[in-house]
Amino acid sequence: MTKDDIKSIVLKIIAEIAPDEDLTNIAPEVRLRDQLELDSMDFLDIVMELRKQYSIEVPEADYQELASLDSCANYLEPKFAALQGS
Amino acid sequence: MPTQRIVITGIGLTAPNGDSLEEYRSNLLSKVSRIQNIETRYMGTVHAGVCNFDPLKYQKKKAVRIGTRAGSIGIYCANEAIANSGIDWEAVEKDRVGVYVGTTEHGNVETENEIYNISQYEYDTRFWTHHHNPRTVANNPAGEITINRNITGPHYAIGAACAAGNAGVIQACQMLQLGEVDFAFGGGVSESIHTFGIFAAFDSQNALARHEDPAKASRPFDMERNGIVVSEGGCLFTLERLEDAQTRGAEIIAEIAGWALNSDATDYVLPNPERQAQCMQAALKRANMVPEDIQIVNTHATSTKQGDIQECEAIGEIFGKSDSTYINNTKSFIGHSMGAAGALELAGNLPAFRDKMVHPTINVDELDPQCNVGNLVIGEPVELDRVDAIFNNSFGMLGINSSLVVTRFQD
Repeated sequence: MTKDDIKSIVLKIIAEIAPDEDLTNIAPEVRLRDQLELDSMDFLDIVMELRKQYSIEVPEADYQELASLDSCANYLEPKFAALQGS
Repeated sequence: MPTQRIVITGIGLTAPNGDSLEEYRSNLLSKVSRIQNIETRYMGTVHAGVCNFDPLKYQKKKAVRIGTRAGSIGIYCANEAIANSGIDWEAVEKDRVGVYVGTTEHGNVETENEIYNISQYEYDTRFWTHHHNPRTVANNPAGEITINRNITGPHYAIGAACAAGNAGVIQACQMLQLGEVDFAFGGGVSESIHTFGIFAAFDSQNALARHEDPAKASRPFDMERNGIVVSEGGCLFTLERLEDAQTRGAEIIAEIAGWALNSDATDYVLPNPERQAQCMQAALKRANMVPEDIQIVNTHATSTKQGDIQECEAIGEIFGKSDSTYINNTKSFIGHSMGAAGALELAGNLPAFRDKMVHPTINVDELDPQCNVGNLVIGEPVELDRVDAIFNNSFGMLGINSSLVVTRFQD
């Protein structure tokens, strides 16, 4: 799974939890909270959806890794790779 | 005792047969029910009253997703009531606004959904949503309204079983009279059709209505009645002290002339007509009225065998000798909207102050002789010479009784 694939997955999840937001021009390197109305509860929803849809766990200490699309892709890539390898 | 007069200045509602007072009233006069069949988890097909309002009229999609159905119903009703009241909302001091929302129950829907959710993950509680607590706290429906309209005064839910709609109105009146708030929302909401448990429990109690035509399933006072039709719905009134309403030039819809709440102290489920009659009498006394002063009594009757008879017994004791009092029932149209019932059923009758029509009780093909009280309005509306006072009953489990006396406003 490529980093672009992972960004698409994260965007799809954000579309579910923040359905009022326009996601067409999200800058991947910019913090999501600087571009969208997302609060800490929304990030908990992102964590939950990763758990539900992909069996990926994001420990609380790593929540900061979900700050931007780029950081999500960097952080989640090995986790998705591990899933595919298992 | 506080003596300040309290008036209704706005109405917002959603019922299975109407999302505005105009639509709702029109359907009550033209005998349109709209009770339908729905599929509910584990139980299959049941009869239910479903509301068709658009939540996105007043909420963002995200707020709908995070919140509850009861919250959405409350928000819709509150916004409609604000618009109806004609108040300059921007000028209102929001810390002087109170939100008092009656609920029969709250949290069953969200809890059941979440248990079902984790059942898909072998009951692993790591999949239990963090939204569960804010969704299920008892004040949720009232609190969602304050967030939606930036209200910083007090809010809470009034848990009073199926008397809750009236209890919400009464609480609002009391807080206005005490000077705790200057503008209040009072009434009730229900989202109960979204949990199987309430249907299953009524079914186990042999009190869930069944009929080949869902629109005929709720049939209070009829010989063939066999139980309750559960509905969702909501109704909130804006209430103000009379002097405040007059100062701002509000159109006054009605005055809350009296009320009473009491408890049976006898049984978890079975009603107590003696206590119901005492409640009605106490409401009349507070309003300084006699039965002959009341033109319309809106009954609580839910279409159960015993409950309808016992309420009729109580009504007969209080109003049985009053030839000028007419009796009707709104649940025959909309089913039992639980926490909303008291407020919603009152709202459906308030236009009678202007149009002088008593909406009928429908679905009575053969009147149960034990329910034959006074001027029961069956099948067709009745036009009166004048309607000055409406009496609204709502009773609930654990023996909570409520009666409201509402009058046509006269300065």
